[in-house]
Formats: sequence, C-alpha cells, structure tokens
Amino acid sequence: MRRTGHVDVWKAATVVAATQLTPSGRSLTLDAPGWGGNLAGQHADVRLTAPDGYQAVRSYSIASADAGDRMEIAVDRVPDGEVSPFLVDAIEVGDQVEVRGPLGGWFVWRPEDTEPVLLIGGGSGIVPLMAMVRAHEAAGSTAPFRLVYSVRSPQDAFFADELATATGVEVTWIYTRRAPDGWARPAGRLVAADLQALEAAGDEAPSVFVCGPTGFVESVADTLVAIGHDPARIKTERFGGA
Amino acid sequence: MTSHLDGNVLAGTLSELTGTDPSDTMSQCLGCRDVSPLAAELVFGTPDAWVVRCRHCDDVLLVVLHHEETTRVTLDGVRWWTDLA
Repeated sequence: MRRTGHVDVWKAATVVAATQLTPSGRSLTLDAPGWGGNLAGQHADVRLTAPDGYQAVRSYSIASADAGDRMEIAVDRVPDGEVSPFLVDAIEVGDQVEVRGPLGGWFVWRPEDTEPVLLIGGGSGIVPLMAMVRAHEAAGSTAPFRLVYSVRSPQDAFFADELATATGVEVTWIYTRRAPDGWARPAGRLVAADLQALEAAGDEAPSVFVCGPTGFVESVADTLVAIGHDPARIKTERFGGA
Repeated sequence: MTSHLDGNVLAGTLSELTGTDPSDTMSQCLGCRDVSPLAAELVFGTPDAWVVRCRHCDDVLLVVLHHEETTRVTLDGVRWWTDLA
C-alpha cells in the first residue's frame, strides 16, 4: 500500500526557454511552481507521459543553482535514447513535463565551502559543474576553483561563451578529437600528465568533482588516485545514455 | 542501457520510500565490509529495475524495483545503513 503523503512528489513544469547549445545538445529552462531552488550539483528526475499513459523517467543534472522555481537542464541527444531525443528535438517552449527533486545531497558544492575545488567534466558532464561555477561566482566565493573540461572538439562544448568570461574559475580545455588551430596540446584523451600539470600550479589538495560518461569518470578517478589524490576527496557522477 | 551508473541516480526513486534524499547515507557491504555513501555505489539496470553493487567488491547490495508507483527494495547485501554521513 502506498503512503498517501507521496502522491504530490511530481510537480508540473513548463518549458520557458530553450536554447541549442551544440548540434546534439540543448538547454531547457523549466519553471516548476513549488520547486523552491536547488544546490549546485543536484539533479532532477524528469517524467514524460505519452498520450497512451506510458511514462518514462530520466535524471538530468541542473546547470543552475537558483533559489527560485526555475531550473536550467542541459540535455545531450543519445541517438537510440527514449527521452533525450524528445527533449533535444521536439519539446518546445510552453510544453509541460513533470519534475521530481531537487535530488542528490552528495555531489554538491555549497557556497560556504572554502577549500580548493577541482572540477573535471567530460562532454555533457559539464552540467552540474557549471552549476557549481555559477554558484561560486554568484556567491563571490574566494575558494580556489579550477575546471578541466574535456570535449571532442570546440563545437561540442556546452557553455563555452559563458566559461570564457566566467570570473573566479580557471578553465583548462582538453580536446580529445580535434583541437582549435594553433592549440598547444595535441588532441587526445585526458591523461595523468594533464592533471599533473595542474598539480604543479601549487594548489593544496583540492576537493574533486568528476562528472561525465561512465568510462570517462572511471578513467579520471583512477588517474587521480594514481597521482596521489585521496579517494575520499573525489566525488563522481556518471552519465548514462537515455 | 549498456553501462553502469552510480547511486546518484537512485535519489528520486528511493526518496519516495525513505521520505528524504538518501544520496549521502552510508552503508556497509555485507561481503567485503566496505563503507560507502549510496551515491558512490555502482548501479546497473533501468529505472524500473536497478541492481546496486558494491563499488569495492561488486557484490549485490540492493535491488530496487519500481512498478505501478510502488517501490520495493531488497537489502540482501547490506550489513547496515545509516544517515550518519
């Protein structure tokens, strides 16, 4: 028997803005009365209901960290996915979905945290890290913030313009397939030497947040431990295809 | 879904059962005695049927089944579970 207190856990949310970020990625701003804000790094479950009643639920990280009822999610299209193609290609401003959350009390950064932070994102794994960059900037935090963002090519980057002008965060770009002309680092996967180069910059041991596809996250986490990071200070979030 | 995720993805489903977000609750694996936050455990399956495995020894900790708005969790591989983070 279901407990009655939980029937309202899903909130109606209206798409109030939609922006194409990359050829396969799209930002959606949702307005969900009663949402009440979220911490940087949290996610929302999004539920779609088909006309025949069939429902599909997926989790999406939130790129914003606001106190109000609006949230920005960013979705990368998974070609054989059930939900992401709809959110990237079909849903429009004014359409409704349902959301549950905010969710996740572990992979979060709070403005009162003062220790150095290293954010490492692969592909659309930038989304919760972007919320942390935004929250850090909005709070005027003096916690040292560094972001390593791995993308296939410049065209695949989410939030590139915003990251170019963001204050209070040092951004290192890793291009895995094609780097811009004249880029010093040849295109290639993120390796220990890339992270060791950051270490040489002299930070005290940072708190680390790693988000991306499962293979990326596990490779980066293993590399971090191999070069001496404390596993207890590494938090990870894996993205699936859906 | 071909690859595993992690316990972050369970927050919504399990919060329906527990009433609060369980992401940073700690549990101990009955097999290897590893203690981890739920968010860090490995999660396989689909939103209707998740299998949660120990990040350290791969033993099954929990199975989370969701059907017709009802959630059922088996806890065979968990020695203890606490909200003391």
